[in-house]
Amino acid sequence: MRRLYVWAGGWRQGGNIVIETPVAEPQPPPPRTLYDKLWTSHVVTDYDDGQALLYIDRQLIHEVSSPQAFAGLRSAGRAVRRPVAQMAVADHAVPTRDRDQPIADPLAREQVSLLAANAKEFGVEFLGLHDRRQGIVHVIGPELGFTLPGMTLVCGDSHTSTHGAFGALAFGIGASESEAVMATQTLRQRRARTMNVRIEGQLGRGVSAKDVILAVVNRLGSAGAAGYAIEYSGAAVRRMSMEARMTLCNMSIEAGARMGLIAPDETTFAYLEGRLLAPKRTLWKAALAAWRDLNTDEGAAFDAALSLDASALAPRVTWGTSPDQSAPITGAAPDPAQAETAPARDKIARALAYMDLAPGMRLADVAIDKVFIGSCTNGRIEDLRAAAGVLRGRKIAPGVTALAVPGSGAVKRQAEAEGLDVVFEDAGFEWREAGCSLCVAMNNDRLQAGDRCASTSNRNFEGRQGPGARTHLMSPASAAASAIAGHIADVRDYL
Amino acid sequence: MEPFTRLVARAAPLIQANIDTDIIFPARFLVHTQKKGLGRFAFYEWRYGDNGEETPDFVLNQARFRGAEVLVCGDNFGCGSSREQAPWALRDLGVRCLISTSFGEIFYANCFKNGILPVVVSPAQLAALVAEAQDGHSLEVDLSDQTIRRGAGPAIRFTVGAWQRESLLKGWDEITLVLDAEGEKIREFEHRQRLQSPWLYERD
Repeated sequence: MRRLYVWAGGWRQGGNIVIETPVAEPQPPPPRTLYDKLWTSHVVTDYDDGQALLYIDRQLIHEVSSPQAFAGLRSAGRAVRRPVAQMAVADHAVPTRDRDQPIADPLAREQVSLLAANAKEFGVEFLGLHDRRQGIVHVIGPELGFTLPGMTLVCGDSHTSTHGAFGALAFGIGASESEAVMATQTLRQRRARTMNVRIEGQLGRGVSAKDVILAVVNRLGSAGAAGYAIEYSGAAVRRMSMEARMTLCNMSIEAGARMGLIAPDETTFAYLEGRLLAPKRTLWKAALAAWRDLNTDEGAAFDAALSLDASALAPRVTWGTSPDQSAPITGAAPDPAQAETAPARDKIARALAYMDLAPGMRLADVAIDKVFIGSCTNGRIEDLRAAAGVLRGRKIAPGVTALAVPGSGAVKRQAEAEGLDVVFEDAGFEWREAGCSLCVAMNNDRLQAGDRCASTSNRNFEGRQGPGARTHLMSPASAAASAIAGHIADVRDYL
Repeated sequence: MEPFTRLVARAAPLIQANIDTDIIFPARFLVHTQKKGLGRFAFYEWRYGDNGEETPDFVLNQARFRGAEVLVCGDNFGCGSSREQAPWALRDLGVRCLISTSFGEIFYANCFKNGILPVVVSPAQLAALVAEAQDGHSLEVDLSDQTIRRGAGPAIRFTVGAWQRESLLKGWDEITLVLDAEGEKIREFEHRQRLQSPWLYERD
């Protein structure tokens, strides 16, 4: 142990200082959070204004946030510093049907070809529409083992927090920052504050990670975690599959947090072992040894904390136009008159007006005409299994149009191998190709004004699924139940 | 990058909370691959009706607020999607400064890269500035002394990060700065990391 003795008078008065450093007993390092460990291990240099130049291990690139970044490099005559640390894929603007045809929308077609051309010019690997590995950036990163514990990973997309489920420091950035990462492999960043969201207890039947994160976002508010990196912990998180953990981390940004983190464990390692880009043999063993230290030390302090009892949660659904505006399925749309402040009242009133809901209306009475199952939040194999489990042997209600869009080509093939495509189609769903689809509504999957959609995506913003369209966020199982019922439904009645 | 030093301009109030980047720049226009000329899509669903004509009651369509260079905004402005098309479109619309109680974090960072100054003030200060804007008064926003001056009432002090302030005042190209000043340190980091975590360099 390192001891500092200050003799009478103290150093301020210029007294004697004796520093004794015994050989034995090295002092244990102060306890650190997972975030601290990830941050510290990537600092290239610290600046005196509290920022640091952070090394970025990997970048995922897609067609929407990259054209201007590549153009910037080109006009400055710069190269991509580490092409193998980047991977490019088209997901946002791609059609989810007629993939054997050229993309019908000329602008989208041009955007996707531009990504292919840019990737080629700068030496970055590009997964085209017909590549078996194509899919949503946040689905394929983990699936391919491109995402690994202990990494820093960025993408010009706010749902990059998804990759934090692997114990990677992953966050969304803008196109200018994306260009900076291409050119320097670094970003100048300020250390985030840390928040521990602890989820204990056991999830009930029909309650999933999506319901948990909707509850967390509801508790924190849409900006409640701004400036924080959230670490999710607790028994309920430990029991979650990687797919569920990704759903949890994915929507951290809906509470304002750029990053969500979960310490890697045996579940993580089992998911990753053997993946295409995961380390193999001796490197796997070395990596594993390092990854086992990626957790928050006993006694490490967080700047904020939130606890949630998973066993008390019911399936949740959003009633408003911000992801924090959700309620249990057994609940009702709020009454603005009950709000405590004028701004809160206005916010609720405005959301209800857009959503065309009356105050106090029971959520289970809200009729829907569209259903979307997919996205980087809920487009993975377990999500499709959960929905298919509800749909098996049933039909969607008359007048309902329903889409199932796998998050990646691999998810689609896996689902088809399990016969899930048949379950979806027999129930009356359309079974599509992989992409972001109705989550961002950039391609030709778009709702009409006045449409009301039960959606497994992450944002219920005004116009998110099309101008004038209304979105109710919920889990895949709840969306499947709602498709059958023709109104927002409690999936527990269908299990 | 375009510098920002001092601005005296009219301000428009956009007081609703949680104006997300989907509202600022609707997703269906994200298929455009340029940075320039995106102002025509800004706030599209609010600015234009179904027939493509301007919505008269939208703030930025009103004569006294059209072309305002300062927007005084509700809480959590620019939350949601990371799309930099949002600040590009605002800049193209003529916006140079945004004032709110809080901003979406990615959007906030994106503003600085594009010559837009995002200013964080208290709820009471915001209310006062909204009143100024509604009365049609100009605001003076000075980044060098981090102060907003207005016709009535005391000046409002604000702070932004030292680096962001310098970059914006001088219009620095951050990539050039990093490559010039830190190239050696980045190489050293990579050398060290390659020894410690060789699996991260398997494909190099």
